[in-house]
Amino acid sequence: MDLRFSPEENAFRQELRSFFRSAVPETIRAKVSENRHLSKEEMVTSHKILHAKGYAVPHWPKAWGGADWTPVQHYIYTEELQYNGVPQPLPFNVSMCGPVVIAFGTPEQKKRFLPRMAALDDWWCQGFSEPGAGSDLASLKTTAVRQGDHYIVNGQKTWTTLAQHADWIFCLCRTDPEAKKQLGISFLLIDMKTPGITVRPIQTMDGGREVNEVFFDDVKVPVENLVGQEHRGWDCAKFLLGNERTGIARVGYSKQRVQRIKELASRVMAGDRPLIEDERFREKVAAVEVELKALEMTQMRVLAEDRHRKDRLPNPKSSILKIRGSEIQQATTHLLLEIAGPLAVPYQADSDDAQFGSNEPPEDLEWAAPAAPAYFNYRKTTIYGGSNEIQRNILAKAVLGF
Amino acid sequence: MDFDLNDEQRQLKDSVDRLLADSYGDLAQRMGYMKEPKGYKAALWQQYAELGLLGIPFAEEHGGLGQGLTETMIVAEAFGRALAIEPYLATVVLAGGVLRHSGNAALLEELVPAIVEGKLTLALAHQERQARFDLADIATTARADGKGGYTLEGEKAVVLAGDSADKLVVTARVSGARADRSGIGLFLVDAKANGVTRRGYPTQDGQRAADVTLSAVRVTPEAVVAGPDKGLQVLERAVDEAIAALSAEAVGAMGGLHELTVDYLKTRQQFGVPIGSFQVLQHKAVDMLTALEEARSMAYYATMMAAEPDARERRKAMAAAKVQIGKSARFLGEAAIQLHGGIGMTMEYKAGHYFKRLTMIDMAFGDTDHHLRELAKMGGLT
Repeated sequence: MDLRFSPEENAFRQELRSFFRSAVPETIRAKVSENRHLSKEEMVTSHKILHAKGYAVPHWPKAWGGADWTPVQHYIYTEELQYNGVPQPLPFNVSMCGPVVIAFGTPEQKKRFLPRMAALDDWWCQGFSEPGAGSDLASLKTTAVRQGDHYIVNGQKTWTTLAQHADWIFCLCRTDPEAKKQLGISFLLIDMKTPGITVRPIQTMDGGREVNEVFFDDVKVPVENLVGQEHRGWDCAKFLLGNERTGIARVGYSKQRVQRIKELASRVMAGDRPLIEDERFREKVAAVEVELKALEMTQMRVLAEDRHRKDRLPNPKSSILKIRGSEIQQATTHLLLEIAGPLAVPYQADSDDAQFGSNEPPEDLEWAAPAAPAYFNYRKTTIYGGSNEIQRNILAKAVLGF
Repeated sequence: MDFDLNDEQRQLKDSVDRLLADSYGDLAQRMGYMKEPKGYKAALWQQYAELGLLGIPFAEEHGGLGQGLTETMIVAEAFGRALAIEPYLATVVLAGGVLRHSGNAALLEELVPAIVEGKLTLALAHQERQARFDLADIATTARADGKGGYTLEGEKAVVLAGDSADKLVVTARVSGARADRSGIGLFLVDAKANGVTRRGYPTQDGQRAADVTLSAVRVTPEAVVAGPDKGLQVLERAVDEAIAALSAEAVGAMGGLHELTVDYLKTRQQFGVPIGSFQVLQHKAVDMLTALEEARSMAYYATMMAAEPDARERRKAMAAAKVQIGKSARFLGEAAIQLHGGIGMTMEYKAGHYFKRLTMIDMAFGDTDHHLRELAKMGGLT
């Protein structure tokens, strides 16, 4: 047992760090650190910079552009990427749909979709949740009815993140209405330009427009866009959701946010001294740092454990990472809100947002403006990717044997 | 980065686990050991010696096994799970750690072989009533006799295993004001020496401790473990290693307690079903698991960082570990008692004993609040 990084691993970290800092534009990285929304163009730019270096899909098999790294190298990569404010390569492409196509797709599907997915030539979004199917995902009602060499898809998806940018959507659809819940579902890849698809934005309470409703009205999907076996899409879904849990801890982003909290709290005065010298505040920061260190070590342990697992199934302990990672992200956004204090109050609407009335942008509050919206927005982290209560159900069953 | 034990470490773990499972499988066995003259099972101490446990951290040149903190962690975790009460922490980790870090070759050569053979037990007589968690707060005095020796005067409180130890390692102030960081010396005193009075008593968690009065106790020059120039630094190294060991012990106890609780939830029937079928109890058990895994992660971190030469970095890490251990232990311990219901409240059931040990570990060498305050004062972990 040796918990230190080797000199080679430290050199690897340095190499990544200097690449991230020099190659990815400072403006983009600053926006990530400050919890500001990125434009589609910025996300694509950053993704393509990573892709050119082989850093967009390092966890894929080598044949499809993967990097053949050790688990520790993958860990260092994710941490450095996040810590330096680099936007995560689009997760719908690289962590969700890509691995499913790699594991379940046909050779033709792999050739057709994976290279463009890795390069973000196609933007993918996730068609899982429905108005009546949240935590109980398997109760989804969107149907895909086979007609010759097409499926005809009807129904509605919701909470579809960044569907407004998407070229493709991967969808769970019910192909066998007679079968038991999980057994009649299929995993379909659908071109967003197909006639019959309507995207309607949902504005979240922070004012952001990340999520959407997607409506399907007699949408024709070629049969060759079915991934895996017909009616066995639940296998793909389970596989995908398991992968999602490991990436969800976001240790690096939280580390970076803790640094930002310390910097801002050293500048912001509370009476005649910086806020960071207030005992109560700095103890709250220290408490979050301890939680974050425990999460980081736990993540490395889960990683190390995975090396010994013979199956390629997701480690149920990654649910712990999801639970604690999301709670810590929420705690850090709340600390930022506390730093902003009364300066968090002004609402700065996006330019296309008229419902709150016109405003003169407040001056000199760049750092304070995103504090409250980020706090409001991050309530999502304990809800998405399988709510934390669902994660507890998974742990109760898979780890504790209830 | 490697979390695996090597073959020898795995062997060590297997043999310690097996010995302790046999010796502590039944709570009644533990109750029996508590009634022995020393307050623990002396024969078992000999078995620890035969297994090599007592020589783990000492250098081979002094008669030890020259192993590291990982091996100490393995033993400590096994002790936690078994709720073992032998004075391993007091003798090997605390007093032994002080001896090792003092670098006093003559004393190491003299004492280590006896410790390793199980013929000599030690206690660290450091804590004083007024000091709370400040390691430098020492009122006991050491007056130089001008010939290299000293005379000790003062009172030590709640000295772990202090009533059964053969020798005491005493901290005393050679110079300076009460909480000064400099001027603290470390002295080896025979527990039966003239002027040493001990009042022994059981502790909340089934171990034993003593209040020790030192009245004109003579220390020869050979028995000066470390002089006032570096006494506190030596003490701090040993205490940091003790925090790492206590963290591992707490993880062992939390693991045992969590397992006990989950088993109980699966067998206890109410309303015609096992109570573990209720989601509210399952989620509580899962939150306990999370607390346990976080504690284990931080115990590993403490083990890794206890060897860090940079004192400030080391202090931060130990503080962080102690915060997590304290938080996890309290949450998991309280929840375990709650989930057991009435049976968890009883003396005859193991859960309460785990809970008591975990609670006392939080009181040792700085509680959760103390370490959070210290960590925050040092600017946090990063």
